[in-house]
Amino acid sequence: MGIDFKALQETVKQRFGEQVLAWSEFRGQYGLHVKSGRIVEVLRFLRDDPATKFVMLTDVTCVDGLKLPETMEQGFPERFAVVYHLYSLEHNDRLRVKAFVPEDPCEIDSAAGLWAAANWGEREVFDLFGINFRGHPDLRRILMPANYEGHPLRKDYPLKGRGERDNFPKYTEIPEA
Amino acid sequence: MTTQQVEGVSAQVGAGPESKSGEAGFITTKLNALLDWGRKNSLWPMPFGTACCAIEMMATLSSRYDLARFGAEVIRFSPRQSDLMIVSGRISIKMMPVLIEIYNQMPEPKWCISMGACASSGGVFDTYTLIQGVDQFIPVDVYIPGCPPRPESLIDAVMLIQQKIARNQRQTKLYDRTRHPLDFEPVALVSNAAEAPATLTGSRHSLPPKDVRTVAEKDEA
Repeated sequence: MGIDFKALQETVKQRFGEQVLAWSEFRGQYGLHVKSGRIVEVLRFLRDDPATKFVMLTDVTCVDGLKLPETMEQGFPERFAVVYHLYSLEHNDRLRVKAFVPEDPCEIDSAAGLWAAANWGEREVFDLFGINFRGHPDLRRILMPANYEGHPLRKDYPLKGRGERDNFPKYTEIPEA
Repeated sequence: MTTQQVEGVSAQVGAGPESKSGEAGFITTKLNALLDWGRKNSLWPMPFGTACCAIEMMATLSSRYDLARFGAEVIRFSPRQSDLMIVSGRISIKMMPVLIEIYNQMPEPKWCISMGACASSGGVFDTYTLIQGVDQFIPVDVYIPGCPPRPESLIDAVMLIQQKIARNQRQTKLYDRTRHPLDFEPVALVSNAAEAPATLTGSRHSLPPKDVRTVAEKDEA
């Protein structure tokens, strides 16, 4: 039981070379930091390789690294990090994959072809962070209203909004005939 | 035939059906007063429950607090059949158009309760997605403070609505948040502080100095 992460690090390094930026380890939880260019290949390898078998995508989320403190800037080569949480049913182990996406062009390939679960997760990341997933079958807003402008979980978005909460028609009594 | 006072309305009451005498009894009143009396004792609420306040509202409706005692137990999930909107919970910018639509569908006359801190002012959620008080867009008759309010508070609000209906009153104005007293320039508050009544400047800094005498010294004085 359990995945041999030491061996996995070697295999991933051999297969994807300079795509791999770093490995992190905290209390037995492993994280793989990669560039965004070949993310689908990396994820497909992790899903299909018999040594890993990460067949389940539990979450897709995102981190905005704008204005990080200097001590943390080292681990954040680009502004955004799209985070995939993988789970291997066979080995009962988890892996966190971080793919770094620049502010412009704010694009990454979609993983919706690998896991159906990525569909809504990537829509949420698109809605709140404005990251475009290339090849996504249905990239629409999922949480905010369809006519909403902007991506509110970006760090440069004002907390109290841009007046969206004040722009509604006011009730006026229908005058009696 | 006897004459007696019933609920402040001068009424002439016949022998009454309980006597089973077969005589016709009658009451004289104003038509509007009779309508208001009927409305106030059979409110049909439209619950707009979006958060934890709705849980308290459900508790109020069920047997322990029993809103039926006040004639308001007929919860209608169709706005066309209701005359009391209870906004209980936070209203997001995605939900506000729905609330306005439903409020518009309620027939006149109608009343509105803004239940809890979130519906009344946005509560702790001072963010891009939350309406800072539904009273900016629909007229609110009674506000309930609390997070969430106890069922007793909701019962109190329903009774206040009943009083308003009996007096034939309705809120018709909207609240203008841009004119909130706390939005004024702080400079103006400071410059007027000396002239203002004590209640307006009531902060802990304006309290009288603390009495530091011992009990023995107080007794002597």
